[in-house]
Amino acid sequence: MIEPTVYDLSSPGRHGPQLPVLDVPVAPLPDGYLRTDLPLPELSELDTVRHFVRLSQRNMGIDTNFYPLGSCTMKYNPKVNEKAASLPGFVELHPLQDPEMTQGAMQLLLELQVYLAEISGFAAVTLQPAAGAHGELTGVLIMRKYQLDRGETQRTKILVPDSAHGTNPATTTMSGLTVVELPSDDRGNLDLEALKANLDDTVVGLMLTNPNTLGLFEEHILEITQLVHEAGGLVYGDGANMNAIVGVVKPADLGIDVMHFNLHKTFSTPHGGGGPGAGPVGVVEKLARFLPGPVVTVEHVNADSDDEFERNNFSEDGDDFRLVWTMPSKSIGRVRAYYGNFGVLVRAYTYIRMHGAPGLRRIAENAVLNANYLKVRLQNEASYPVAFGDRICMHEFVAQGILEGAPDIHTMDIAKRLMDYGFHPPTVYFPLIVREALMIEPTETESKATLDAFADAMIQIAREAREEPQLLKDAPHNAPVKRLDEVRAARQMILCRC
Amino acid sequence: MAYKFDATVRYAQSHDWARLEGDLVVCGISDYAQHALSDVVFIELPSVGDTVAQGDIYSTVESVKAAEQVYAPVSGEIVAVNDDLEANPELINEDPYGAAWIIKVKPSDAGELDALMDAAAYESLLAEHE
Repeated sequence: MIEPTVYDLSSPGRHGPQLPVLDVPVAPLPDGYLRTDLPLPELSELDTVRHFVRLSQRNMGIDTNFYPLGSCTMKYNPKVNEKAASLPGFVELHPLQDPEMTQGAMQLLLELQVYLAEISGFAAVTLQPAAGAHGELTGVLIMRKYQLDRGETQRTKILVPDSAHGTNPATTTMSGLTVVELPSDDRGNLDLEALKANLDDTVVGLMLTNPNTLGLFEEHILEITQLVHEAGGLVYGDGANMNAIVGVVKPADLGIDVMHFNLHKTFSTPHGGGGPGAGPVGVVEKLARFLPGPVVTVEHVNADSDDEFERNNFSEDGDDFRLVWTMPSKSIGRVRAYYGNFGVLVRAYTYIRMHGAPGLRRIAENAVLNANYLKVRLQNEASYPVAFGDRICMHEFVAQGILEGAPDIHTMDIAKRLMDYGFHPPTVYFPLIVREALMIEPTETESKATLDAFADAMIQIAREAREEPQLLKDAPHNAPVKRLDEVRAARQMILCRC
Repeated sequence: MAYKFDATVRYAQSHDWARLEGDLVVCGISDYAQHALSDVVFIELPSVGDTVAQGDIYSTVESVKAAEQVYAPVSGEIVAVNDDLEANPELINEDPYGAAWIIKVKPSDAGELDALMDAAAYESLLAEHE
């Protein structure tokens, strides 16, 4: 049954709160301020609660279902994160409080900056950006400012592989730079010859995702970053796929100069509608002075002391240092109000502390293991083609909704049918360079039983595609609404009721 | 999959076509390209008076699956833009070689058109792809 809208449930004159009787004289609003045509729904409190609770029960999320949405790292978000983020000392802080009163929160932010720097090998980290794409914009603006600062004003191009997330070219354009698209080679890597042909003194840098969106580790990564550096460019690392390498590889060791972290992917903070997100950015030493601020730094209370010993040493009880907000010397400026999405940062901090270094490494190992297990089952037992499927994949892989004996079945039909089996569909039709792409990322938090249930469903769907294709064409059958007319919805957009 | 080819146009590697009409070159995307995109829901058009070089992105076509750039098959000045496509993007799926022309260009180099593929060469290029 389709849940009616609040407008359908509205009944004239019905309302929730009872206003107390006036104990002051009635004073009408001045002429022109009172609307007579305010079309708000009228419902009781109970009707309203039931309406929204019913809607929430139809929601599908990581707490209810397996959600293998490729490139999104829909891992379980541990409840301990919520416990930490709801501690009164954090919840009741105000960003305008005097730093003397918020030293604890600032210590958490400082430590998170240090942890992320250690995990990635970068020299400095800003926690300001509010999402992954926001981190990308921050990173590319830093790259641009670095080139301008050293007088390389002729550099206006950013190289972007054709397998990149759509945010990469969008970020480049938003930064006032020009995109040059580079092809992939026949093993799914960035084409080295195309890279060489485009590297000159007009290039600001290269944006690279490693592992890339095909779920493949760039086999020539060291050569790629060396070539870009020799041409005077910088390498941006899109950190969206960090879950595959966290605790195993430090991006800075690969020659990456600047990278964003998606805390809502790798570091288990809520995702999408459950957000907001956070997209901290890490940089190598030579870019640290361009970071947006404020960042937390340690200040020596006795830095100006006449006593040489006091000036150069912190005492053991630690009461002669304090944490302060500072703007890096050549900062690109603020990118967000106050100090980033603080509550999200607390959750990521908690996650890192709960895992420790060995735990973080196990995340990547199990994410890669789970993806390879699923990949091989789908290849061997249901003959789904997998893009560059002869290679070992990383945390995800791109299958194709192309089944022999089922010429009319497309990826969209398979995705819709998966909903009938209780699974959130994978990412579909991305990356663009793979036909009928089904991009599957199981993450490390799923059990073998869940992976097997998903593989069994995919195998069953492949059988149905050949024997009963209409079952797929009409799917979903068990969802609250049948297949939506996405084309009509996009062509005739009605975005609000009024 | 059987795609439609048009013997009166010449094709670029990027699945764009160009047709000489008088002293103008009419441009659009191929039947293969519209199939690959699926149902088109939006198109971003350039302005009359813009100049393009061969291989420049001059338009973006968006479907429920993807947003793809459209590349100029020849260089020149844009002298007409098919505004009908804004209200009726489905024309790109229905009639890619006819009603869904995107721009008309006053070419700056007639040789560019000759260097593009004819329908037979484009068809064999697609056969290699599939």
